[in-house]
Amino acid sequence: MLSRVAQQLYWFARYIERAEDMARMINVHTNLLLDLPRQHEFGWDSLLEITGSDELFNELYDEADERNVIRFLISDKANPGSIQSCLFFARENLRTTRDIIPREAWELVNDMNLFLKNNMPSGLSRRRRWGFMKNVIGGSHQITGLLASTMNHDAGYDFLRLGRNLERADMTTRIVDVRSADLLLEHDVLTPYENIQWMSVLKSLTAYQMYRQHVKMRVRGPQVLKFLLQSESFPRSFTHCLQQVHQCLETLPGNDSLLRQVLSLRRNIKEADMDKYAQAGSGLHDYIDQLQAQLAELHTLITARYFSLDVSHVKMEKTAES
Amino acid sequence: MHFKDYDSKSTYDELIGPGGRARPHARQLIKYLRSLSQAELQERKEASDLAITVMGITYTVYTEEGQTDTIWPFDIIPRIIPRREWDGIAEGLKQRVQALNMFIADVYDRQMILKDKIIPKDLILQSRNFRKQAVGMKPHLNIWAHICGSDLVRDERGEVFVLEDNMRVPSGVSYMLENRQVTKRIFPELFEDYSILPIDDYPSQLFDTLASVAPEPKEYPEVVVLTPGIYNSAYFEHAYLAQQMGAELVEGRDLIVAEDDCVYMKTVSGLSRVDVIYRRIDDLFLDPEAFNPDSLLGVPGLLRSWSRGKVTLANAPGCGVADDKVVCYYVPDMIRYYLSEEPILPNVETYLCENKSERDYVLKNLDKLVVKPANEAGGYGMLIGPKSTAKERKEMAARIRKTPREYIAQPTLSLSTAPTLINNSLEPRHLDLRPFILSGENTAVTTGGLTRVALRKGSLVVNSSQGGGSKDTWIVDMEGQ
Repeated sequence: MLSRVAQQLYWFARYIERAEDMARMINVHTNLLLDLPRQHEFGWDSLLEITGSDELFNELYDEADERNVIRFLISDKANPGSIQSCLFFARENLRTTRDIIPREAWELVNDMNLFLKNNMPSGLSRRRRWGFMKNVIGGSHQITGLLASTMNHDAGYDFLRLGRNLERADMTTRIVDVRSADLLLEHDVLTPYENIQWMSVLKSLTAYQMYRQHVKMRVRGPQVLKFLLQSESFPRSFTHCLQQVHQCLETLPGNDSLLRQVLSLRRNIKEADMDKYAQAGSGLHDYIDQLQAQLAELHTLITARYFSLDVSHVKMEKTAES
Repeated sequence: MHFKDYDSKSTYDELIGPGGRARPHARQLIKYLRSLSQAELQERKEASDLAITVMGITYTVYTEEGQTDTIWPFDIIPRIIPRREWDGIAEGLKQRVQALNMFIADVYDRQMILKDKIIPKDLILQSRNFRKQAVGMKPHLNIWAHICGSDLVRDERGEVFVLEDNMRVPSGVSYMLENRQVTKRIFPELFEDYSILPIDDYPSQLFDTLASVAPEPKEYPEVVVLTPGIYNSAYFEHAYLAQQMGAELVEGRDLIVAEDDCVYMKTVSGLSRVDVIYRRIDDLFLDPEAFNPDSLLGVPGLLRSWSRGKVTLANAPGCGVADDKVVCYYVPDMIRYYLSEEPILPNVETYLCENKSERDYVLKNLDKLVVKPANEAGGYGMLIGPKSTAKERKEMAARIRKTPREYIAQPTLSLSTAPTLINNSLEPRHLDLRPFILSGENTAVTTGGLTRVALRKGSLVVNSSQGGGSKDTWIVDMEGQ
């Protein structure tokens, strides 16, 4: 498999997943705000924090109100993480891999881009936003399902799964980080709402129903953290994503350093004490920072190993071959 | 459908003979078309449009607004050639390409044909497509043009002529293959009545041809298709052929030339040796070290690798020297010179503006002739005398006087016609034929080729960039009928 093609498939999957995650998060956030008391300070800026785009936002806009934040996250082409940008980049990545990817996937991505172009005002209006996001999420699911059922499950497919799961793992940590930061502070006014906030954390990751089935007790901080970070069965949990990444890497050539990195990450998350991290001031934020750094390192290793062939490294291998 | 009003005037029609009667090889088809109502025929047309959209057969057109993927315009009425006639044409094409390959090898080696003054030396050595970097090269089997696309036309008597040979990066073969797929979907009944020779072995023949010219014998030589990328008008074809051959579709940035002068592609398992490159990039963009230093499409060092015999480039750099329309004029002489044979296929009568007497004739008869730049493809820069304005003729005359070497002229041929579905009725439209000739260990000619048809009434320009479409081309076995 050509490195360029592998890289394009990897990024394609990341962008599609990113668009879906963004849509999901905006939906849940819109819902949550309707439930919370009017006077509290929990606003739209937390979405910027989760996506790590507050700096760029402040350069482009004056005020982090609903209108601006939503526009920035959905349709602003200046924001490389907006849904519009993600789907644009996904399409660009797919363009030159059309001989590998089933045609229908290309058509679906075109459809999604077209939908966005034609329906942007719906995304911006609070009343019609839910349907708009549902379409984005549904499109992403359709693509994932289509590829799973029509494409050869070979190296190319592994790179798609790698991209999707790394992106998902990253997003899960971001959501847990930002949302729990609010929750772990002492808020008199918010205490009665603690339960619905933890619920919203779960809902951002479509984890609520699965959590209920799995945990069978009221929604409480430590259990939510355990579920989202350590569950082996929930497909958006950090641990599950890493298992998938691990599986993909096992089948790819020259994977030693990569497998070491995944194993160390998996060990790290397995041994973490969530009861402790669910307490205020216990260093959850720092811990998650650490996970994210390790994820970033894994991405760098994948890029170096498979995508940007370093010629000196390559020469050695070549002599080994001949 | 009826053919009452069908009138191909003085031109030769491929399907309808004198007196409006179907030619023998077209009888079944015409009978079948007569049995269809207008609505039924329209239904077939819609089915074909749908098939083409679904199959995603597109080509790219460049306009001022940018580029757009356009659906390939396809006419559902096939063009039919009897096998007996085709076999003769195919022999003629093989003969021609053999002579052309010997010519290219000679030009970059001892230049005997120039020394013997069969072809003027300056004409070749000053050609824009002569590559001094190729001098002294001996590609495997001494084959330079592995893939050639020749354009054939018929005159009003039905005789077949060669208009030009495309030896750089001829395109269109994927449309030939796809046209057949579409026709099979919309007229399956007809395939029972006719014995239509299949065409779909082209990708495997292409692969065999390319594999046979690998620099070193190998059981599984690595063959790749090198494309300039998605923004090239023929990208669809590049992807299609790669897919059909099971070869990697690579861009310049996917390849490197290592210190051992071999070409490698960058894969997820490291570098992997490439033996044969079917390149769909023009010479000048192949290698920024050897040619255009600004080219981002090419691979630095590729020419070095080729000249040291580490990789085969198909077609070989410098092939274009035989692609020139001025050189085409001399092909019959080449055939006599190298093969000591008489040419089987004649050339279209051609005037070289380079020769004074012929130039004077051309300048005096601009209103009757078709003038073409010697080195343009795609129908760009042509003057069609009878349809030109005085201003256009004046401008052309000035250009010819300035650079006579760059222009040739041909009589306005009344290209043959065939019934074509236009606004729900059948009308004659002009067409040509582009067969593809493969040269490797063996020589192969496509069964038929790509028929291109000028969809505009009376137009003689068949290029897709200028309002042309295409038809499926049937070579039918008439023995025993």
